[in-house]
Amino acid sequence: MSTTLAPAEVEIEQPDSADEREHDRPWVVIVWNDPINLMSYVTLVLQKLFGYSLARATKLMLQVHNEGKAVVSSGNREKSEHDVARLHAHGLWATMQQD
Amino acid sequence: MFFSRQIVKRRDGRFGLRLGEGERMLLHSLYDDLADLLADPGDPAVRRLFPPAHDDPESEQQYRELVRDQLVAGRAKALDVVRATLSEKVLTAEEADAWLRGLNDLRLVLGTRLDVTEETDFELELDSGERGRQLAVYAYLTWLQEQFVEALSPE
Repeated sequence: MSTTLAPAEVEIEQPDSADEREHDRPWVVIVWNDPINLMSYVTLVLQKLFGYSLARATKLMLQVHNEGKAVVSSGNREKSEHDVARLHAHGLWATMQQD
Repeated sequence: MFFSRQIVKRRDGRFGLRLGEGERMLLHSLYDDLADLLADPGDPAVRRLFPPAHDDPESEQQYRELVRDQLVAGRAKALDVVRATLSEKVLTAEEADAWLRGLNDLRLVLGTRLDVTEETDFELELDSGERGRQLAVYAYLTWLQEQFVEALSPE
């Protein structure tokens, strides 16, 4: 995920193994539509957990409602698992996958 | 409609709670059932409270080992807060948040059991015996939770 530009003659460091490259690919956290969670509640949870503005949280909630799912956060595996767990603690249907 | 609100945010940052005795007794009974239910991880309604995080079974197993106990403990703690404050007329912000999540858990469990969908026609089904009675409880919880969401939403 580094954006540092290396001089042309310097060999850019590559991950040692496929596992490491796999590990470095970012994860996305997805919230899925469900018939029970209230639209207003989903908006409030997104504001509370991620500090999103009402406008951003509402937009994501509507995407979940209308399209069936929305990516609500992204990052490394640990952060994403933490985000999913907090969403699960609030009863939202959340999953994570590598981008 | 201000007079009919069950929960209102007060100027001191706390929340005034106006529930009738019948409502408190109903909630008491529902939370007792939920507390029992949390001890039964195989129940489909409980599985809805702990959805999978990963498609991949191995990753899912790791996720469960990592967070399942915390999620169960967090729910149990919120449930304790709600049950301890069922008779209160004023809630702290923290207690109101536990109520908000507790009501959502009750709706998830009941809604899963009743197989509530976006197409469920409550008016049509409310007279249908036991299912109708349960749907009425679900609709009441929805109405109450909406008020908590409104009261707790940032201004």
